[in-house]
Amino acid sequence: MIRPDWHIVEEWIAPGRRVLDLGCGDGALLGHLIDTRQIVGVGLELEDDHVAACIERGISVIQEDLDTGISDWFTPDSFDYVIVSQTIQAIRHPERLLVDMLKIAREGIVTFPNMGYWRNRVQLGLLGHMPINRALPNPWYNTPNIHLCTLTDFEALCDELGIDILDRAVVDRARRESPLLRALPNWFGEHAIYRIRRRD
Amino acid sequence: MGIVQPQIARFQEPLALDCGRTLASYDIVYETYGQMNEARDNAILICHALSGDHHAAGYHAETDRKPGWWDSAIGPGKPIDTNRFFVVSLNNLGGCKGSTGPLSIDPATGKPYGPDFPIVTVQDWVHAQYRFMQRLGIDRWAAVIGGSLGGMQVLQWAITYPDALAHAIVIAAAPKLSAQNIAFNEVARQAIITDPDFHGGRYAEYGTIPRRGLMLARMLGHITYLSDDAMRAKFGRELRGGQIQYGFDVEFQVESYLRYQGSSFVDRFDANTYLLMTKALDYFDPAHGFGDDLSVALASVKASCLVVSFTSDWRFSPGRSREIVQALLAAGKRVSYAEIESNHGHDAFLVTIPYYHRVLAGYLAQIEGGSVA
Repeated sequence: MIRPDWHIVEEWIAPGRRVLDLGCGDGALLGHLIDTRQIVGVGLELEDDHVAACIERGISVIQEDLDTGISDWFTPDSFDYVIVSQTIQAIRHPERLLVDMLKIAREGIVTFPNMGYWRNRVQLGLLGHMPINRALPNPWYNTPNIHLCTLTDFEALCDELGIDILDRAVVDRARRESPLLRALPNWFGEHAIYRIRRRD
Repeated sequence: MGIVQPQIARFQEPLALDCGRTLASYDIVYETYGQMNEARDNAILICHALSGDHHAAGYHAETDRKPGWWDSAIGPGKPIDTNRFFVVSLNNLGGCKGSTGPLSIDPATGKPYGPDFPIVTVQDWVHAQYRFMQRLGIDRWAAVIGGSLGGMQVLQWAITYPDALAHAIVIAAAPKLSAQNIAFNEVARQAIITDPDFHGGRYAEYGTIPRRGLMLARMLGHITYLSDDAMRAKFGRELRGGQIQYGFDVEFQVESYLRYQGSSFVDRFDANTYLLMTKALDYFDPAHGFGDDLSVALASVKASCLVVSFTSDWRFSPGRSREIVQALLAAGKRVSYAEIESNHGHDAFLVTIPYYHRVLAGYLAQIEGGSVA
């Protein structure tokens, strides 16, 4: 299955480059980028099933926990792009990961569920419970997502860490863009997709 | 695999060794499983570990109690699938299972080499294996695979003959031994060398075998192959006779196990070979000639690599495999790394662990499809 947000990620990646996907899951995104962009891809993933799935589809994968540090594995500037897709909210130290990943590659692509999405605001602000929906499917006591944020939060953190935002795209439930999204992204964007780079 | 037969390849062209000496001629004993295809591109070389040999899979006779040492992974429908691959396993030089080694006759003297057999290195083995590959009419292995000391040979293959293998699978190995690893080997060697029956390695001439030393060496080895958890699960503090005897006979089951492993090893392994193999381990250090930078040593590698480690392996811990992976990544090579949860210690690479075998099979399945290459 090709997810609509992949098209945005794909557009931001130049053909034939070296791409590292942190928390690459079963390697589907890397596989897609290999097919459409002829990239040289490497994934990093912790779950046995996912690592095996990557290997079965011929994707290079390193079995490792993102929380224990990625800078041991990869030398500075060894990739053109590093992707963190739907993973950063599950990381113990997302601020450390953002800094470390931009040492490995000059450009990063980060996608995450936007806590500022209007449905999340309604569930928390009006109904008074932690959001549960398609983007955030787990109950509060049993979720991998420990560091949820909004677009505003993420952008403030990037600024604090000396990270420039080169591009931002938000997509709705169908993971497509629309005029309403462009006008009020933090209200109507269910998923955020950022292209970032370290400020030199 | 069913019943398999070893074969002998004789080599007359001299082989220069790292130690400066030369073997004028030598034999390599080997076994093959499966069929070579017409393109001769489906051959896999299996490299053995410290006490292994050419008998990797199947049985030599109907009455054999145990199959070859890696029968769990090699055969029809197994991860190293003989329905697709032509699998080759050989006994390294210096071995005691038929390849030229300390038990062989030295043509110069007409007597067994014994302790006069030259010290061989992993690099020497790989040179000999390369000639053997040419003898089989193979230009390039589809994969070279090995665990432990076997994994080190795989690494050396990838460095020394980059065009002669498409894939390198390095399991439960290390880029070089630690001081602790060498220390264990040294204790094992001293146990053998100081045995009164050793006679400077000329025990055959005295009609003796350094039984106690070789047994101690193997007992020590076995402790390092298992993990604390594995030993606890297997033996705990279980007593053989049901109650404490307050003596030095075998009381705990683990003592009985180690003594059994030690004494049965004496019946099937040569002490001089054990000394040689542990020395080959100690000397292995492919980064040595490259400013001690493994990624520089790996610069020549063309093979795609798979590195596998096991969580409870403390002889070559996952950290040692990570060193290999990090160096391969730094050198810009194609590599995958899987860390297998297991409580079997170093021996896990011989055990049928579902995730481990899924990774191995999944990786090899990609080879024929060509998308890994």
